[in-house]
Amino acid sequence: MEAIEIKDIRHHFGEKEVLKGITLSAQKGEIIGLLGPSGAGKTTLIKIITGQLIPSEGSVFLSGYDMIRPERDVYREIGMMMDDFGIYERLTCYDNLKLYADIYQIHEGRIREVLEWVDLYEARRCPAQKLSKGMQGRLKLARAVLHHPNILFLDEPTSGLDPATTRRIHDLIHQMQQEGTTVFLTTHNMAEAEKLCKHIALLHEGSIVEYGEPKEICRRYNHQNKLRLLLNDGTVVTLPNTGESAEQMKAYLSNGQIETIHSTEPDLESVFMELTGRSLQDD
Amino acid sequence: MKNAATIYRKQVKDTGKNIALLIQFVMFPMMAIVMENAIQVDNLPEHFFVGMFAVMHIGMAPLNVTTAIIAEEKEKNTLRGLLFGGVTPLAYLAGIGGYVFSACMIGAVVFALLGGYHGIEFVLFLLIMAAGIMVSMFFGAMIGISSKSQIAAASVMTPVMMVFAFLPMIAMFNETIAKVADFVYSQQIQLLLNDLASRTAPEPKSLAVLALSALIAAGMFGWSYRRCGLN
Repeated sequence: MEAIEIKDIRHHFGEKEVLKGITLSAQKGEIIGLLGPSGAGKTTLIKIITGQLIPSEGSVFLSGYDMIRPERDVYREIGMMMDDFGIYERLTCYDNLKLYADIYQIHEGRIREVLEWVDLYEARRCPAQKLSKGMQGRLKLARAVLHHPNILFLDEPTSGLDPATTRRIHDLIHQMQQEGTTVFLTTHNMAEAEKLCKHIALLHEGSIVEYGEPKEICRRYNHQNKLRLLLNDGTVVTLPNTGESAEQMKAYLSNGQIETIHSTEPDLESVFMELTGRSLQDD
Repeated sequence: MKNAATIYRKQVKDTGKNIALLIQFVMFPMMAIVMENAIQVDNLPEHFFVGMFAVMHIGMAPLNVTTAIIAEEKEKNTLRGLLFGGVTPLAYLAGIGGYVFSACMIGAVVFALLGGYHGIEFVLFLLIMAAGIMVSMFFGAMIGISSKSQIAAASVMTPVMMVFAFLPMIAMFNETIAKVADFVYSQQIQLLLNDLASRTAPEPKSLAVLALSALIAAGMFGWSYRRCGLN
């Protein structure tokens, strides 16, 4: 059984079709990324997957649970870290988690575990409104994983965060995945997707325009198939990525002239641009 | 009911740090204590300020606090988190309602003690207050549920609160207003408290208006809940 199974999801807002037959799946313990610029339909899709919105057509199953008519129990299976899931600003970090621990009937020891995991134990008595944005992000992540969910939904988890917090959150997501949690990540940060995801889907105007492993997608669009050499003197030399270049490469290497070697395969941003004519960062 | 108790505890902690809401619970009981002890005017009915401020307490605190809590939870998306955590709308409303009711009833007890009520009169005073608080809470929940933001909620709640809280007092000075106020539950609460203070039987009209107001408030709450839901 797939952890996430989405089949032919279509959704209309009035006359406008915002999702045009989305089909996706993810295995247990996989991180799947959904990339697209603002307005591509990411939030609508994640709302449908988590049962917050009923699609016009299609089916969604999470760990076998039908999310078109979700039973209340399914929410014990999933954790959500989304922008539109707020925290109680006047309550302390501890009390924010205690509330959910009581709802999920989890022992209090787990609160300490999770607070330590996200490096917020020292700030446990601090009201959430006094935390930095990065710490609030980690508190939201702590709340999302408090009940050991099998599937974790992360909507732009590092948006607007500093590099150190972003790295910490990436480490935590990796750790969750290694413990067997399936992670569904939406982002418009291609580096984040490349770093974390086993598979990614590029969403554009309600359709998936490309799907696969990030490196494989980039390789597929490597039309130039060349090597770019930066020499010690600052010169950039571009060679065909074939046997014909071997002699020339050997000469550069034996003279110790090469500073760096890169392939010319595009990054996800360039692939997306090629497919849609738009940037992932576009509003 | 376990989740309702959890929401109740959460609200105790949260409102404990929210001075703006805490003031609502203590403002009129405090004013009644001060005025009862500070103002001595001939021909003023005994415990005049108890009745007057008790009605204001009913018209303002439960309405204002219920609206504010629900509207804030909706605007800041904390309510969505609770509902997706498995808290049912009924448990949420029971938890919030239970909190507002009990906090307002503490004020009612202060009024009853200040008014010198004992025994059955004490119980009757609290029952009348409880009925008024419940009606105000339904109106407050209705406004909170149907508003998209705290500002929108406040702009609807403020005039409604002014009518319910202050109409009985204004009606004391103007007969025409008093005739209009007869159809408002807070005015009938005032009359019921006056009847209790003077040890006369309550007017059937007062009970009828109160019962009808409760039905209307509950009906409007049910209608807005069906239309807007909590999410």
